[in-house]
Amino acid sequence: MDLGVPLFPEQASTMASRVDALFFFLVAVSVFFVALIFLAIFVFAVKYRRRAEDERPQPIEGTLWLEVAWSVIPFGLTMVMFVWGAIIFFDIHNPPDDALEISIVGRQWMWKAQHPTGQSEINELHVPLGQPVKLMMTSEDVIHDFYLPAFRIKQDVLPGRYTSMWFEATKAGVYQLFCAEYCGTQHSGMIGRVVALEPAQFEKWLSGGATGVSMIDQGASLFKRFGCETCHRAGGTNQGPSLAGLFGKTVKLQGGNTVTADENYIRESILDPRAKIVAGYQPIMPTFKGLVSEEGLLQLIAYIKSLNTAERKTS
Amino acid sequence: MNLSEIERREHYLNVNYGIRSWLFTTDHKRIAWLYLLSVTVFFFIGGLFATLMRIELLTPQGDLVQAETYNKFFTMHGVTMVFFFLIPSIPNVLGNFLVPMMIGARDLAFPRLNLASWYIFILGGAFTLMAAAAGGVDTGWTFYTPYSSIYSNTHVVLTVVGVFVTGFSSILTGLNFIVTIHKMRAPGMTWFRLPLFIWAHYATSIIFILGTPVIAITLVLVGLERIFRLGIFDPALGGDPVLFQHLFWFYSHPAVYIMILPAMGVVSELIACFSRKRIFGYSVVAFASLAIAVIGFLVWGHHMFVAGQSVHASMIFSLLSFLVAIPSAIKVFNWTATLYKGSISYDAPMLYALGFIGLFTIGGLTGLFLATLGIDVHVHDTYFVVAHFHYIMVGGAVMGYLGGIHFWWPKMTGRTYPEIWARLAALLIFVGFNLTFFPQFVLGYVGMPRRYHVYPPEFQVLNVMSTAGASILAVGYLLPLMYLIWSLRYGAVAGANPWRARGLEWQTPSPPPTENFDRTPTVTEGAYAYEKDPEEIYTLGKPAHV
Amino acid sequence: MSKVEVFRQHHFEDVEQQHEASWLGMWVFLATEVMFFGGMFACYFVYKHWYLQAFAAASNHLDIWLGAINTAVLICSSFTMAMAVYSAETNRAKPLVRYLLLTILLGLVFLGIKLFEYHSKFEEHLVPGSSFKFEESLARPAEIFFSFYFAMTGMHAVHMIIGIGLLTALVLQARRGRFSVVYHTPVELTGLYWHFVDIVWIFLFPLLYLLGRHV
Repeated sequence: MDLGVPLFPEQASTMASRVDALFFFLVAVSVFFVALIFLAIFVFAVKYRRRAEDERPQPIEGTLWLEVAWSVIPFGLTMVMFVWGAIIFFDIHNPPDDALEISIVGRQWMWKAQHPTGQSEINELHVPLGQPVKLMMTSEDVIHDFYLPAFRIKQDVLPGRYTSMWFEATKAGVYQLFCAEYCGTQHSGMIGRVVALEPAQFEKWLSGGATGVSMIDQGASLFKRFGCETCHRAGGTNQGPSLAGLFGKTVKLQGGNTVTADENYIRESILDPRAKIVAGYQPIMPTFKGLVSEEGLLQLIAYIKSLNTAERKTS
Repeated sequence: MNLSEIERREHYLNVNYGIRSWLFTTDHKRIAWLYLLSVTVFFFIGGLFATLMRIELLTPQGDLVQAETYNKFFTMHGVTMVFFFLIPSIPNVLGNFLVPMMIGARDLAFPRLNLASWYIFILGGAFTLMAAAAGGVDTGWTFYTPYSSIYSNTHVVLTVVGVFVTGFSSILTGLNFIVTIHKMRAPGMTWFRLPLFIWAHYATSIIFILGTPVIAITLVLVGLERIFRLGIFDPALGGDPVLFQHLFWFYSHPAVYIMILPAMGVVSELIACFSRKRIFGYSVVAFASLAIAVIGFLVWGHHMFVAGQSVHASMIFSLLSFLVAIPSAIKVFNWTATLYKGSISYDAPMLYALGFIGLFTIGGLTGLFLATLGIDVHVHDTYFVVAHFHYIMVGGAVMGYLGGIHFWWPKMTGRTYPEIWARLAALLIFVGFNLTFFPQFVLGYVGMPRRYHVYPPEFQVLNVMSTAGASILAVGYLLPLMYLIWSLRYGAVAGANPWRARGLEWQTPSPPPTENFDRTPTVTEGAYAYEKDPEEIYTLGKPAHV
Repeated sequence: MSKVEVFRQHHFEDVEQQHEASWLGMWVFLATEVMFFGGMFACYFVYKHWYLQAFAAASNHLDIWLGAINTAVLICSSFTMAMAVYSAETNRAKPLVRYLLLTILLGLVFLGIKLFEYHSKFEEHLVPGSSFKFEESLARPAEIFFSFYFAMTGMHAVHMIIGIGLLTALVLQARRGRFSVVYHTPVELTGLYWHFVDIVWIFLFPLLYLLGRHV
């Protein structure tokens, strides 16, 4: 019987059933303890109700073995919850290497998405089934949160930094997308939909409509337009470090520290070049703050990442 | 008739009259009344905002008020309820009245500081109400940056100043309690003879003095950032918005224990009195309060599992959050065990206490869902969280507060409240509460985010249930307001110890004399010695100083 | 009623209980203060760790000599404060007033030097806000440094001003001969507070002026 009242969310990702299984375990534990406490209170309250005004029950000070029992048993149960929950959380934060990477930019009050092949969407996200999808997300203003209840995942989207999350859709359909971090007046209007398509249909969707230039190519042209090449080309003037094969590597900084060259590092190096100077180089790069948009940054990063694969191919 | 029985004797209420005698009083019992009046006003202001929200949420469209207005409603609801009702409610009303009486002292250690703390509270409240009157504030009670520091166009600074100022009232109260409990116990009142109410307030005071200054400085920084465009929490200026969240929750998570620990103290008194038993595992319950206060300072990061903090930090915070759940569970088991072979009566305060145990159990267990990393990712910032913390704060703290008010009402006023009406109100509140908030657990797991003015139509049925429950809850809260006021004049004379309780506060007339005890008592037994006569527990010493 | 009893407030059993309560109250208050400044220190450390270079560059714009002189001034004031407490304990009214006045004077010297420092920062456009000027690429984090500089030293200065107010009240009371060997709790407690404010500066000075000056 369908009352039209959803009492449980749809399961549409690989993570959904795992989260639900853990959820049901906790529900079972909770129901057990609530029943235990309620029953005990009810039975005691009836059985030991006051029968005469001047009753004086015998004092009971408490017993050590009971105290130990009801400390250790709940402790054991919570540790099961902790480990189980931590394993799922760890997996939520570790996308497979072959994940399809889509960029998300949030702003008051809309979501913008761009596929690697260049297609852009607003308040909508098309994804293929059976393929891990990683979202690389940032915000142009305040903190937002990308929440997909049917996939059981959400992640805050922060200004000035990248956060990411991943999922693998398992069931074709249209699912709700909510902003889950309060972001101002139209917070409840910052919603959209995620469309999970069979891979073939997804390909069709990608090729239909206005085909864009791929993110890598868009990044490459930005790279040229801003004149990045002048300094950052392998075998160039060498005023800046070469970017080929940079992504994911550990970079040695001036002063002996090191840093992993991830999206946040590249972003910082473009916007605030002097925050971390690579060992052996002069702090001469100008900032590109205000010159490049959030989308542009994501394209540049996509391009710099692509230099890795390019390098691997040539070598 | 009755009137003369109470008025024949001089006590703290009739020792002098007039508005000045109240506004300049340093008697902790009168200051408790000042707080009682003020927090009641704030409770109904906060309740009004909640009512307006629930009415708006009857329909999925935003048809009653505009989005911005709705956002101001939930912000003002949160700010008034958290900072101006829940935090001061039990400590400043019941704690103020009872801490000195329970330990056999004549007043708190610093009576003038106590009065000052009330004025500071009122000043902070005035700032916040000014912000509301000037057009309100829409950041949510959490004031997350950079929305609060840069983007919001509402009266953030005024509100933040109000909360900042009020914080000093909490600090002074905590300081007063700690010193009083350390230094002013009656002869024979050793630490392990103290009522658990006192232990709970001691633990609460520790949080007051160590947590409150951190939120104070954080809010100062938000205010400065907003006024002078500093970049401390604004990423556009090089700052870090997540740092704000760390600082905010460093106070605001322990603040949850500020709200619940005193209620636990109240419930310990009620359970013992109405089952005429010593609390099962007294010292375990006492240490559990301290454990909650201490571990409570180390779990703030569980509010930030999806905020972008590192996976490892999240795991540590998750683990610690499970640890802080254990002492709470221990308390619930011990209260339940106290009932075993007791002599249980169902007076209204006991109904509240039993309601507290039930609702707190549900609230606590759903807290485990939120501490579980894998589940929190899904339910964080949904109605599941809203339901959870209302089970703790309304089902827990408010139930404890109302139970305590009823229990000590005869002591405070010298008169009893109408028992039938009080039981009816307790029942209405229990039913109304569950109808309001249980559907929100379901709503949350299905995926409805909190702070939504407009929501998808499939969530409507559960929202209507919630609003229906809220209307029952509202009646439940208005009833005590009316019959308690009524009882001030028409209630039966209570006598010194209507519940045949064993606490020291019951061994002096109701209402008590200005210095609480005509003669300094000496204590020879631990709290809750219900198997003995009060005369066996307390001996009256030399007459008090003239 | 003994001489001591005069000072007992009605709700205490005896003067000793009252004295102990006051002491404990002051210590608890200082614990609050530690957390108050601790919050700011924690923020400062986070940003210093992030923006090592900018914070070093900004730190170089502080006058290390003025900071050092102020440190010396405050240490001297702690000494005179301790002497004031000692004078009260040993029942010497005149030195008590003298030492209290000396402490106030040193406090004012400190504030004067601080004011001069603030003024020069203002002239160098180092006050955060629209007029802030700093080497372009480090401007943002440097502005954060100066935000903390003003917030922390400003908060410290507010505590100094409160302290000077308390000392002034003590001087007025001491002149009327209120303090003696039997009752001088206010002098002791104000001394405790004054030493605390000193210690905060002892942490602030290396943190802002010295540490990480050279990276």
